[in-house]
Amino acid sequence: MATLFYVLGIPLLGSLVLAFTGQRDSAREINVAFSLATFIATCLLTVEIVSGGPQLLWKHEFFIDPLNVFLVTLTSFVGLTTAIFSRPYMRIEQDHGKMTPQRQRLYHSMYQLFTFTMLLALTTNNMGILWVAMEAATLTTVLLVSVYRTAASLEAAWKYFILCGVGIAQALFGTVLLYMAAEKVIGTEAGALLWTHLDAVKTQLDPTIITLAFAFLFIGYGTKVGLVPMHNWLPDAHAEGPTPVSAVLSGLLLNVAVYALLRCKVLTDGALGNQLAGELMMGFGLLSVVVAAFFLSRQKDVKRMFAYSSIEHMGLITFAFGMGGAIANYAGLLHMTVHSLIKSAIFFAVGHATQKAGTQNMTDIRGLIKVSPRLAWGMMLGSLAILGMPPFGVFASEFLILTTAMRDHSWATPFLLLALGVAFAAVFSRVQPMVFGETSLKKTLGHTPALFPVFAHLGLGLMLGLYIPPYLHDWYRQAAAMIGG
Amino acid sequence: MSEFVAQLINLLASMLLILAFAMISQRRILSLIHLFTAQGATLVAATLVVGYATEQPHLYLSAGITLVVKVILIPLLLHRVINRLNVRWDIETLINIPTTMIVGIALVIFAFDLALPISRLSTSIARGTLGIALACVLLSFLMMITRAKAVPQVIGFLSMENGLFFAATSATYGMPMVVELGIALDVLVGILILGVFMFQIREQFDSLDISHLEKLKED
Repeated sequence: MATLFYVLGIPLLGSLVLAFTGQRDSAREINVAFSLATFIATCLLTVEIVSGGPQLLWKHEFFIDPLNVFLVTLTSFVGLTTAIFSRPYMRIEQDHGKMTPQRQRLYHSMYQLFTFTMLLALTTNNMGILWVAMEAATLTTVLLVSVYRTAASLEAAWKYFILCGVGIAQALFGTVLLYMAAEKVIGTEAGALLWTHLDAVKTQLDPTIITLAFAFLFIGYGTKVGLVPMHNWLPDAHAEGPTPVSAVLSGLLLNVAVYALLRCKVLTDGALGNQLAGELMMGFGLLSVVVAAFFLSRQKDVKRMFAYSSIEHMGLITFAFGMGGAIANYAGLLHMTVHSLIKSAIFFAVGHATQKAGTQNMTDIRGLIKVSPRLAWGMMLGSLAILGMPPFGVFASEFLILTTAMRDHSWATPFLLLALGVAFAAVFSRVQPMVFGETSLKKTLGHTPALFPVFAHLGLGLMLGLYIPPYLHDWYRQAAAMIGG
Repeated sequence: MSEFVAQLINLLASMLLILAFAMISQRRILSLIHLFTAQGATLVAATLVVGYATEQPHLYLSAGITLVVKVILIPLLLHRVINRLNVRWDIETLINIPTTMIVGIALVIFAFDLALPISRLSTSIARGTLGIALACVLLSFLMMITRAKAVPQVIGFLSMENGLFFAATSATYGMPMVVELGIALDVLVGILILGVFMFQIREQFDSLDISHLEKLKED
């Protein structure tokens, strides 16, 4: 009971404390300390859920089950490692004159507030609060993306705000329709927007209203997932914001948006009794995979390229959940975990590499292995992992997704294989010269880069490819069963 | 009595729709803000009427929130922004207002068509109005697409929020209070951020023309 209070309270308190002290040099350490405290609190919460089963808290307003508790832990873990990475990163940015004390205060305070909104979106049982938290997450990340105040970052932030604002407004309309359908069955008094209540009566919800509601919810949260054709904000926001922000955008925000979509899908499946939600997700997921793969090869900016790779992987995850069933759901959840770990590791490595080269343009980053071997290996291994090479976890989940697709939806397999092949060629041919080519880079960074987060993430990604611990396995299976489909 | 109230709600709903059309064709930034304020006021009136007719006291509170946020605070902020940016008397050149209007009419028909099966099911007193609410949302969307300046684009965004709010009131007698408060807070914070952005965009680009924001493109 009290644990959830700490999970939500610590980042909120952190954002307040950092709003006053964020300009100091010690703020970077305070940021890490708050993230660490949040991580410990979420670990305690996980232990409680694993031993005691799902919890409904505070007049049923909060609901923790295997599905969201695993994302809560992942969110706070990536939040912690990103905070560790951002310590030297921001110090170097300050030396380069990109960060001023005021900007740093805004950055740290918004970082904690962003963590809070993510955790609130994950733990709330109220579909309305879920929307409010997603919108609040958009607002905090808009400020994070624009923190450098350059023309390009302002443009990216403005686009991000307008596109996601419009997108998420559609989700609000969907939520209103959902409430309208629920109110007929539950009534207004008994919390008709609470997911657990909706889930209990989902077969009685009116199919006409739910169909329309899901269409709007899908467009809305799909915009935040970065599904093609609503993906335009994503590459800009990833490329122009500070690198720690790119890491949390890819690693956390997209996951939480997928989570919102999943909660809606469960209700829709129950109400309609057909495959509409799944088919929509499969269609848009596949489209995103293919389009993103072809866009990958045209990128010049390294962060932009990996942003397109995020779109590709989000498409793959959406496709997996669209297929539904125990194996595909399991693969989708596994893919969410490994993508989040490995993509943020790549962004950590890329962040320091771009600081060394002084540019994000890939043709100007050459031969990292000669200047900084560990960083270069981090980037190389990360790229191989995200491209689905064994023995990393992405291989395991992509293999499961592909085999399920072959069995149940064989028409989709050629598209998936083609897209994965194109993506491999595009990314590998860019990363290879960046790591091994002839170098002219001599610049040393003013502070030791944080390589611990990079290799911690890669290590976990590797572990998930070779061996999934039994409790994690059970956990995934329970969550996969909840999503059904 | 209930017949009269239902007619009153329909009247207010159609006023919202007319205001949405007026915003699409309005060139002056100042008049646009006035129209937005009027839309907010109509929304407050509609919420009050629905609240009175259905005896849902929490709708009075939600009307109060709308009044404070959308009729007082946001217009006040917008007036301050346009004064400080010196765009108070700006007139935007809009090409093809007639075409935009025709597209708008098509959108209204589409929205009504989409909402029809749901309106039939609705037990709410204001059942015909869901289509109008959806039409307002789509018209605001159209406005955001056709505008090249920052302030009108933001007003389009806010007017979309108005349409959504009206949908919530007319279809379900308002959302739960905690959700409504959250939405109001998000909108208010959002507009503050956009306000700050406008100053920064002007500083960077010497203009509030969003068409300058097109450096980040795929080549």
